[in-house]
Amino acid sequence: MTILEERTAPPPSPGKLVDQFEKGLDAPICLTWELTYACNLACVHCLSSSGRRDPRELSTDECKALIDEFERMQIFYVNIGGGEPTVRPDFWELLDYAVDHHVGVKFSTNGFRITAERATQLAATDYVDVQVSLDGATAEVNDAVRGEGTYDAALRAMANLRDAGMRDFKMSVVCTRHNIGQLDDFKAIADRYGAQLRLTRLRPSGRGADVWEDLHPLPEQQRELYDWLMAHGDRVLTGDSFFHLAAYGEPLPGLNLCGAGRVVCLVDPVGDVYACPFAIHDRFLAGNVRDLGGFDTVWKHAPLFQELRSPQSGGACTRCSAYDACRGGCMAAKFFTGLPLDGPDPECVKGNATGALAEGRTRPDSSRDHSHTGTVRNAPVPVTLLRHRPSAMCDQSPLA
Amino acid sequence: MPTTPTAAPAGGMLEEAWALDESVALRPEPFGALAYHFGTRKLSFLKTPELVDVVRLLATSTSVEHALRDAGVPESHWPAYVGALRGLATGGMIRPRGQRGQA
Repeated sequence: MTILEERTAPPPSPGKLVDQFEKGLDAPICLTWELTYACNLACVHCLSSSGRRDPRELSTDECKALIDEFERMQIFYVNIGGGEPTVRPDFWELLDYAVDHHVGVKFSTNGFRITAERATQLAATDYVDVQVSLDGATAEVNDAVRGEGTYDAALRAMANLRDAGMRDFKMSVVCTRHNIGQLDDFKAIADRYGAQLRLTRLRPSGRGADVWEDLHPLPEQQRELYDWLMAHGDRVLTGDSFFHLAAYGEPLPGLNLCGAGRVVCLVDPVGDVYACPFAIHDRFLAGNVRDLGGFDTVWKHAPLFQELRSPQSGGACTRCSAYDACRGGCMAAKFFTGLPLDGPDPECVKGNATGALAEGRTRPDSSRDHSHTGTVRNAPVPVTLLRHRPSAMCDQSPLA
Repeated sequence: MPTTPTAAPAGGMLEEAWALDESVALRPEPFGALAYHFGTRKLSFLKTPELVDVVRLLATSTSVEHALRDAGVPESHWPAYVGALRGLATGGMIRPRGQRGQA
C-alpha cells in the first residue's frame, strides 16, 4: 500500500498527522492476518515460528465472519501471511470472499504453489496483490536461510506472475548480513520480473531470535543499507521497517513511527490479536477475535492497545539528539533481545545499545512455537557451522 | 517524497466541477478521514473534518467554490484547500466530473 501523506497539502493547521497516529485510529491501516501456522518450509528466521497447523485455527466460516467485520470497519486492505497461506485448502475461496467484500488482499508466499494457472487467476483479480519472499539474490545465500530449492521456486513463481501479466507484484527481501551486498542484484531481479522490490528488517522474533545474532546486518552494513535506501528509496518499498536508521540523518520515506497497536496489528491463525506482526508473544497479546465484541472491540478497547496509544516514555533515549528521528526504534526488536522497551533499539545506529547487548540479558521465552518437530523437506542448512566461539579449547578438542 | 505544501493560486479549479473517484472510499477518523483508492491501492489522509466535508460535497456541487461555501470554509482559506484538492487530484482520489473513474 502506498501512503500519499505528503502529497496532500494540509489546510489550516490540524497539527501533525503523526501525533494523531500515536493516539490510534478507529481501525488499523495496516492489518496483517496470518491464516495458518502450517508451512511447507522451515525458514530459520520465521517471525511466527511456523511449521505445524494449529488445531484451533479459525474455520472457513469464522474467517468469512472476520472479513465481514473488516468490511464493516472499513479496513480496506489486509496483508495475509502465515505460515504459507496457500496451504490452507480454503485459501482461494477466502481470497475471493475478501475481494467480493471490499477487503483488498496482499498475500505473502514462498511461491511453491503459484503455478501458471494460479498466476493467471491472480492477474485477473482486481484488488489482489502478491508478495514473493526471496532472501538472497543467489540460491546460495537464499537457500541457506529459506531451504534448498526455495530460490528456484520463488523465481519460478515470479516468472509465472510476469507471464500471466501481473504487474508490480512485490518481491520481499529480509535484509541480512549475507545479502546487504546484493541490494543492486535484488533490484535487477525485481526489474526483470516486473516486480516491485520490498526490503524489510530482520527481526529477532519467532525463530528469528535464534539466528538474529548471526544474521542481523553489521553496523557498517546498516550504513550501506541506509545510503542505498536514500538513493533508491522512492522506488523501493520498506513497510516503514527501517525507521531506526532515520537516526543517521534524513528520515526515510514513510511514517517513521512504531505503529504497533496504533495503526498496525496482527491477527494470528487462531484469532489472537497482537500489537504487531513482529510481536507474537503473550506480552503483546491484546485479545482474540472469538471474544465477545469480536475484533472491533479488541482494536478499540483492549487495555494493551490503550497503553500503547498513551504517551510513551523515551527513557534513556530522550537524551539522544536523534530521538525525534528514530523514537527509540522497534519495540519488538528490543523485547526479543531482552532490552528494556524504553531504551535504545538493539541496532541503534548511534551504538547506544552496545553496552546493554554486551551485558548479561535474559531473552524472553518464546510463548508460541509451531515449528516442525520432525524432518522437513527443503530444511535450510545454515552456512554458519559453529554459531558461538568456544569458550575454551577443550570445547573443541578432547585433547586440549 | 516530502514536499512543502504550497498555497497554489485559487483560480482555475474553483470554477470546475469535481467529484471523489468512484473507486475511492472515505473512512472517518478523529483527525478527518482516510481516503483509499481500491484501484491504485493508494491511501491519502484528509487532515481536517472540513476538508472531508468539502470532498463529500464536491459530487453535488456545481463547482469547487460552491463546495467550499457550502462547507463553510472562509474565503481566506480557499487557496490552502485548493492546494489540498490538487494533491488529491494528483493521487487520483478526485477527478473532474464528466470523466469516468477507473475501475
